[in-house]
Amino acid sequence: MSADSGYNFAYLDEQTKRMIRRALLKAVAVPGYQVPFASREMPLPYGWGTGGIQVTAAVLGPEDTLKVIDQGADDTTNAVSIRRFFARTAGVATTTRTIEASVIQTRHRIPETPLTEDQILVYQVPIPEPLRWLEPREAETRALHALGDYGVMQVELYEDIAIHGKIKRAYDYPVEVAGRYLTSPSPIPKFDNPKLSDCPALQLFGAGREKRIYAIPPYTAVRSLDFEDHPFAVDHPGHPCAICGDTDSFLDEIVIDDAGGRIFVCSDTDHCRERQEGQAHENAA
Amino acid sequence: MKMPPDAILSARDLCFDYGNGQGVRRVSFDLWPGDVLGIVGESGSGKTTLLKLLGGLLAPSGGSLSYRETSGEVLDLLALPEARRRHLARTELGFVHQNPRDGLRLAVTAGGNVGERLMATGSRHYGRIRQSALDWLTRVEIDGARIDERPTEFSGGMQQRLQIARNLVSGPRLVLMDEPTGGLDVSVQARLLDLLRSLVADLGLSVVIVTHDLGVARLLADRLMVMQGGRVIEEGLTDQVLDDPREPYTQLLVSSVLAA
Repeated sequence: MSADSGYNFAYLDEQTKRMIRRALLKAVAVPGYQVPFASREMPLPYGWGTGGIQVTAAVLGPEDTLKVIDQGADDTTNAVSIRRFFARTAGVATTTRTIEASVIQTRHRIPETPLTEDQILVYQVPIPEPLRWLEPREAETRALHALGDYGVMQVELYEDIAIHGKIKRAYDYPVEVAGRYLTSPSPIPKFDNPKLSDCPALQLFGAGREKRIYAIPPYTAVRSLDFEDHPFAVDHPGHPCAICGDTDSFLDEIVIDDAGGRIFVCSDTDHCRERQEGQAHENAA
Repeated sequence: MKMPPDAILSARDLCFDYGNGQGVRRVSFDLWPGDVLGIVGESGSGKTTLLKLLGGLLAPSGGSLSYRETSGEVLDLLALPEARRRHLARTELGFVHQNPRDGLRLAVTAGGNVGERLMATGSRHYGRIRQSALDWLTRVEIDGARIDERPTEFSGGMQQRLQIARNLVSGPRLVLMDEPTGGLDVSVQARLLDLLRSLVADLGLSVVIVTHDLGVARLLADRLMVMQGGRVIEEGLTDQVLDDPREPYTQLLVSSVLAA
């Protein structure tokens, strides 16, 4: 698809992209540290991925192939509109296949297919500060980060165990990046947290409204916070996917009728489609 | 600064001005291990300000403040890096606020409040944190069954005891108390004083306690400093100051106590 004329490549002007790339370099150099950047107005509302879209625009080149996922799916409004946005303003190739993509912008999921060194994963982040609900003062949270003073987050997890018997946080589960900064992994399910660690792909996080960029460089250790006697564990509903039968992927619960009927299906639509095609192939052979 | 060889805390010429002439003027004293120092005086005499200077909640405009660690190393509290200061404040120091709401996390359960210092200093074993919290709740006479209730559900006296437990859990050597019995009715006050006295004696704490209640001062403090207008006007052994006051203001203070 060729780009619309009248826009600079990937919508943002070159000076803005340069500013964002500087922030990205700093973010990669200091894993997990939130780098302030001069977030721009984008032609979509805050909360729809303005941070992610700016980071994507800054790292995208004409040869890249872009994939956009929203809650694991390639066919939801947010994913479709952002994919079309870059197809129009940058003329880049787009795909729904994880293995074909060189840049993947994501909201709320990490693809099931393992990522490679040639890929960049861009997260859309609503609230980059993991301590925000515990400490409302920005000056104080910065001091806490600077001093590595993260006891208050541990108190939060203690509260979960004391009240619910286990750590109930199911998404945006706080992590420690490279043994230093406490970081919000954006609202991905905690099911995806293990994929953050030692990932071959570069992981970039953009928060447009909060004007922060941070990064997890390739092959960086990422630890989900926990207690020695209540170690971090992922949840799984225990059902296989109703469409492809996978028992290991993250599942969405979908209501299918008015009579309380519901099924569990893979949240990663590309992963599910690939498995279905594989099965069709086996049946044919 | 010269610090007496045995002292745990030494203040020299501490000054603070709120910008209107109020504050603390050139206060000096030494505190020894196991020593309980009472600070009395009328409202606005600089008692709480002095305590905040000692606790690092305010930065003095002049003077010096030294603290001797367990290892014997002398720290200049005013020049300490922020990270070190915060660590000290949650391990070796305690600060009991007059209003327990200032010293507690109201949205966090009693157990979480007591366990916070442990977690902040690296404890990551839930079972052990909870056990320490239970032990401390029992020691301050709070029913262990209420460990998962929030402080907002506690009475004023219980909140104050919870705040004390939260401070003592890390085994501090120096505890600063600002009117710990203020706002409590007399019977609750009496029980809290009993508790404080036994805890201070058992743990061998050094304490600086600010109060306007001479009864509290007599019961808890070994030594007294009387403040007026930001200055220390009289100091000495508690019984000596209260039974034989030298300054006219102290005489007035002592004679103002209502007989029960």
